Amino acid sequence: MEIERPYVSSELDKIEGAQIDALMAASKEPYPDPVAWLHEELQQNVLLTSTEHVIDWGKRYSVWPVLLGLACCAFEMICAAASRYDFSRFGMEVFRFSPRQADLMLVAGTLTWKMAPALRRIYDQMAEPKWVIAMGACTVSGGAFRGSYSVVPGINLIVPVDVYIPGCPPRPEGLLHGFMELHRKVLADKLIKK
Amino acid sequence: MTKPLSGSDIAQQIGDQFPDAVTDSNETAVFVRSEALLDVAGFLKESLDLNYLNNITAVDYTDYFELTYLFTSLASNHSLVIKTRCEERDNPRVPSVVSLWQGADFQEREIYDLLGISFDGHPNMKRIFLWDGFQGYPLRKDFIIDVPGGGKATKQGVNDA
Repeated sequence: MEIERPYVSSELDKIEGAQIDALMAASKEPYPDPVAWLHEELQQNVLLTSTEHVIDWGKRYSVWPVLLGLACCAFEMICAAASRYDFSRFGMEVFRFSPRQADLMLVAGTLTWKMAPALRRIYDQMAEPKWVIAMGACTVSGGAFRGSYSVVPGINLIVPVDVYIPGCPPRPEGLLHGFMELHRKVLADKLIKK
Repeated sequence: MTKPLSGSDIAQQIGDQFPDAVTDSNETAVFVRSEALLDVAGFLKESLDLNYLNNITAVDYTDYFELTYLFTSLASNHSLVIKTRCEERDNPRVPSVVSLWQGADFQEREIYDLLGISFDGHPNMKRIFLWDGFQGYPLRKDFIIDVPGGGKATKQGVNDA
């Protein structure tokens, strides 16, 4: 029996093309980076501070990343997860394949405009609180492919970024340093925002 | 090792069958007119047993596009390069060889995607890597793009704003 399909492939192409064009048109200005660690301690209530500290401490040691290995940086990320560098020491060994279960989007590798709607969608599907690490030169600025017709020059055009890790690719030590910077940031997170 | 066939020898054989089809030939390649490409390719596929298409590629020489076809006979272990030119720039058209070698399908779409050369007779002539609605053909030498986030990119490099 012939199964009726909702679209023909040319319609799917048009929908996809329109999505990418719309995102491209909307992505002219980079998102400002969230700077939660520069808050004034005096603004905090004493009772809330201690609760906050416990919760942030818990969040800090259970950051679960969503797997987003887009290009060669992914291998350094895999290496950092494997036994030699072993980032399970920081409570973040559980790579999640579902954005619903993840706190950290670890973007490792070149982001193309064709992939950008998917990246934005994964970000939108993640539950708060969520953080983003841009790993490697391509995610920071487009890297060697800046000025290419197909590569997004910096993922901060698509999503706000918490920690940038330069390098092509950064070594696992660099990635671990980025994680620790992120932990500092998580620790400084305020329970009540704005 | 696969033996490359001499373009000059093959040009003779083509000339006997299709006069005026060959424009030039040398040791490495045969140059044919694009209108005669499909006939010549079909003839060579039969006579030289060229059952495998290694690749098709295209080059933008700014005055014209040049397409390069590399064929191999897996049984006789020889190979042949055919080249054809397309002077037209606004709407370049070349016959498709998908009817002879199915492997040409994605490669012709890739050339269409990046250089904008249309292949007549291709069953599904549309972009393959870039998205529907992308403006221009990025491997053309005169392609310029506004880099999102500032700057312009040409074949000479990026000028950041």
